[in-house]
Amino acid sequence: MSSAPTTTYVMPAPGSRGPDIAFKWVAVFAAAMIVVLIVLVGWELYSGSRLAIAKYGPGFLWSSEWDPVLEKFGALPFIFGTLVSSLISLLIAVPLGVATALFLTELAPLKVRQPIIIAIEMLAAVPSVIFGLWGVFILIPWLRDSLFLWLKKSLGFLPLFQGPIYGVSMLAAGIIIAIMILPIVTSISREILRSVPNLQREAAYALGATRWEVLKIAVLSYARRGLFGAAVLGLGRALGETMAVTMVIGNRPQISASLFAPGYTLASVVANEFTEATTDLYLSALFEIGLVLFAVAILVNAAAQVMLKSMTGSGPIKVN
Amino acid sequence: MAMTESPYLPTPQFARWRKVKSSAVTGVLVVCAFAVIAPLFLVLYFLLSKGFSSLDWNFFTQLPKPTGEVGGGMANAIVGTMVLLAMATVFGVPFGIFGGIYLAEYGSDRANNWIRFAADVLNGVPSIVWGMVVYLILVVPFKGFSAYAGGVALGLMMVPLVMRTTEEVLILVPQSYREAALALGVARWKMIVVIVVRTALKGIATGVIVALARIAGETAPLLFTALGNTFWSHNLKEPISALPLQIFAYGLSPYDDWHRQAWAGALVLMALIIVLNVTVRILSRDRSQTD
Repeated sequence: MSSAPTTTYVMPAPGSRGPDIAFKWVAVFAAAMIVVLIVLVGWELYSGSRLAIAKYGPGFLWSSEWDPVLEKFGALPFIFGTLVSSLISLLIAVPLGVATALFLTELAPLKVRQPIIIAIEMLAAVPSVIFGLWGVFILIPWLRDSLFLWLKKSLGFLPLFQGPIYGVSMLAAGIIIAIMILPIVTSISREILRSVPNLQREAAYALGATRWEVLKIAVLSYARRGLFGAAVLGLGRALGETMAVTMVIGNRPQISASLFAPGYTLASVVANEFTEATTDLYLSALFEIGLVLFAVAILVNAAAQVMLKSMTGSGPIKVN
Repeated sequence: MAMTESPYLPTPQFARWRKVKSSAVTGVLVVCAFAVIAPLFLVLYFLLSKGFSSLDWNFFTQLPKPTGEVGGGMANAIVGTMVLLAMATVFGVPFGIFGGIYLAEYGSDRANNWIRFAADVLNGVPSIVWGMVVYLILVVPFKGFSAYAGGVALGLMMVPLVMRTTEEVLILVPQSYREAALALGVARWKMIVVIVVRTALKGIATGVIVALARIAGETAPLLFTALGNTFWSHNLKEPISALPLQIFAYGLSPYDDWHRQAWAGALVLMALIIVLNVTVRILSRDRSQTD
């Protein structure tokens, strides 16, 4: 053993690098696929909508006529519906979500905090279609018979709350979306608030601030940018919500000032009409709507990621 | 305001007002927190009260009855959901895991940042868009809706999720394990498979189940890929039903009996998702104990 050198210590033969290289390239391929997928999705949607783009040009985006029988297609009612329903949902979900995150990070004792966090995670796990079913049979009748009537009576002087009440409406869609994006808005806000250094809070308390003043001066103002990022991420999710919205928004391509009126969104028109699209042009118009939805979702999500990264990366004020 | 008023010497009334305001805000925050979780309990309550009474043996064993007829079940949709989830796992998970391996073991910081960014953005792509794209890639060329297309659409949605969780758990594997393996002359790929992935296997499995729980209730990507039907599918090249599709169709139908079955279906789907989530909790609790 000691005298004769054996070959066991020699480096493996060069041929055995083969599997190593192959394995690496499989990994590279899988990772690259993520980036390729974004391009592929965009390209496929574009190629699907080429017919409509050639026929209508950019006017597609601001034409408000949608008549498959006469082959007149314009995306404005859907863009309007998507924006309005998402806006309503943000108006509800962002204050509630941030308040809940404040409660969880700043106030709640551990015993209360954990069950609430689990409940919020569960809420995130409920599928869209179940929210839709619940919306159709439980939420909408309640809204129609109580909340909407009350809104009409007390705020009926605003154009927003005028007109006939059907139940299915833009407002109902906004409320359902708000429930669905609350978990993500809350959990991202919680992450952001947790990244606020304790020194901030201690300094404010040391100056004699009350609890609310500490939250306002030391916590919220510090976390403002990150919380904005959380809201934008919520917007990204709200824009693409499909099933629940389709079930409660009423699916009528119209632009109405009243929130009680039915509407239609980009995602829900695709869900409803895609399999019924009888002509190539019709299908192509739906693909263009998908392309608009995809482009907006990508932009909003990318913006949210950038905002959140800059917040959690390094805080704006380094106290130490 | 009196002349004693100065920003530096607050009056007692002002001090009291500040305290009152602070406790009022505290109260509002508590109310908000409960308002956020209230919908969960409302949804679960109605799922149980409306769904449980509609659940019977037929629901799990029979096919849907023709339009308007009372009775029947969703046996094909339950099996269809399982088949679709299995296919999504087969199509999506390998890409996710290999992507995660790249991020944890090979990638440069620069490349990783871009890939992570792309994965997070991809996570936010509306699920209906996946349905449209898979329709163009698989349904049009192969001239028909198919279970394959549905599986691919769901699988694509799993990729970014699985990739990110795989990366996170692989990074947790101590560097010394890798060095020890390499020092023994093990090839790098073998080191990754036998040492790194093996050590993190439970974490990877947890990530896969998290992704499955997220896609199990997806309806939009299946609308124009798996399409759905009302009989047993014996061929993956043909349309296949799924619980979410059936709930959607029945929920919007004008028949009371179908509404009843939609609630029952929703209850079964929710139960499946809760089981997946509880599994994740148990798996990740074990992990945090052994680490």
